[in-house]
Amino acid sequence: MNRRFSWFNATSLTLGFAFLYVPMLILVIYSFNESKLVTVWAGFSTKWYGELLGNDAFLSAAWVTLKVALMSSTLAAVLGTMAAHVLVRGGRFMGRTLFSGMIYAPLVMPEVITGLSLLLLFISIGLDRGIFTIVLAHTTFTMCYVSVVVSSRLVTFDKSLEEAALDLGCTPLDAFFSVTLPIIAPAVISGWLLAFTLSLDDLVIASFAAGPSATTLPMKIFSSVRLGVSPEINALSTIMISIVTVGVIITSLLSKRAVARQRADEQAAART
Amino acid sequence: MNPRRLFVIGLPYLWLLALFLVPFFIVLKIALSDTAVSIPPYTPVLDLAAGWQGVKDFWAGLDLENFVFLTEDALYWKAYLSSLQIAAISTVIALLVGYPIAYAMAQASDEWRPTLMMLIILPFWTSFLIRVYSWIGILSNEGFLNQFLLWSGLSSTPLAIMNTTTAVYIGIVYTYLPFMVLPIYAALEKMDGSLIEAAEDLGCSRISAFWLVTLPLSRPGVIAGCFLVFIPALGEFVIPSILGGSRTLMIGKVLWEEFFSNRDWPVASAVAVVLLLLLIVPIILFQRNEQRQREADQ
Repeated sequence: MNRRFSWFNATSLTLGFAFLYVPMLILVIYSFNESKLVTVWAGFSTKWYGELLGNDAFLSAAWVTLKVALMSSTLAAVLGTMAAHVLVRGGRFMGRTLFSGMIYAPLVMPEVITGLSLLLLFISIGLDRGIFTIVLAHTTFTMCYVSVVVSSRLVTFDKSLEEAALDLGCTPLDAFFSVTLPIIAPAVISGWLLAFTLSLDDLVIASFAAGPSATTLPMKIFSSVRLGVSPEINALSTIMISIVTVGVIITSLLSKRAVARQRADEQAAART
Repeated sequence: MNPRRLFVIGLPYLWLLALFLVPFFIVLKIALSDTAVSIPPYTPVLDLAAGWQGVKDFWAGLDLENFVFLTEDALYWKAYLSSLQIAAISTVIALLVGYPIAYAMAQASDEWRPTLMMLIILPFWTSFLIRVYSWIGILSNEGFLNQFLLWSGLSSTPLAIMNTTTAVYIGIVYTYLPFMVLPIYAALEKMDGSLIEAAEDLGCSRISAFWLVTLPLSRPGVIAGCFLVFIPALGEFVIPSILGGSRTLMIGKVLWEEFFSNRDWPVASAVAVVLLLLLIVPIILFQRNEQRQREADQ
């Protein structure tokens, strides 16, 4: 593509990013608003952060969400990596088409359908709903994202490295842990991160799977948002936006360094 | 098959069978059942203790009554039609907004592109719910947009946007914009710049070079982006229920209310089955587009 500066391009980028970021910026600014009225500025204050930290319902919901996200993303990373390995390296086996269909289908499935179907399953086998069922539900849909991320890495991965390890006397399990896993680790980690964020963020599937005994943070936010805008939610949003922003910046810097190091290694290897 | 291989294939396979495929058959089964005042709130319930007779009674109790009900009550087909309409219009708007952004990103200099990429992806990592929520303060009657319009004199009365379908369009375009921009950007970025130069050398104006060269070459990205916005928008629940108010009819919301408010599980399941049938066509077209792309890349 040609690289040339034009006013048209500069305008569309400015307007496009303004559209994406101004709403969030307003949210962040007005979380420091003194007034209870969210759209009227009445001076700087951090009191809504204080109120938020004193709100036990929000804190316990945040804790539930974090536990669910940690457990489900870890399970999803393991199962998703296994599924990716089966898809890319598994060869032929009975029901392969069904398997790959079941990996890709949840990615495009409306959340209301996934949620409803899981809830009906839990009820028909008589499983008590709570944190455990949310973990099961989240693992199921996030493992598919993990397996897509990991399998795109496995496809580009040189199979002869694995074969060399096997020839040198490794068992297949050894070969996986000492050769394959270290190489695909960045993909597994980004898959895990994706699963973690999707789980933190999910409202619909969690609402179906949760039952009355467990409430996640998105469920709590949703029920208070339905009553209108509140400065406490603005404060909570600001905290979540800052965590994500810092996280994304750190990972992008780390991956930039990793790429640079890999390039330097390759150049050094090419010279010797 | 050795036991290790059996385990590696078997574990994710069984997991998805049990928690993805089997639940669909349960939805289908309940869609064919009747509503009842009991726990669980539908009949028939398969009674294996009664042996073969139990299976036969169960089978005889299933019918298409709920699907007939969906066609009879105007609420449902109106909800399906309005979901299709909202998803289609939002997709077109997202394309009109997203294409110039992707085009400008592809033409940006090498040192700018990673930053622009990150700025497009960053909202995707931010909570969906919060991004939808951020529009309430802007669109409501005393919100920032109306404050601005009244202050600048562009309008003398506040516009009622909140709780209308317009607010839903804005919400969908806003939250799904990265899904539109990224595939178009990927297609434009691969494009060979000398093609445009050739077209211009041969006497094309910049605008006709865009129509004759750039746009056709970015078609796979445009198609992928449109499906990535249209498919999730069709079953959307969060955006219409936060921004759309009670008058906006979308099928995801109807399903939710049927289940949680009316507690009519068989009708909710029938709504889900029909929504799935509606989605099959775009999903297959999308998969085919992706497949053709992959083959073209090789």
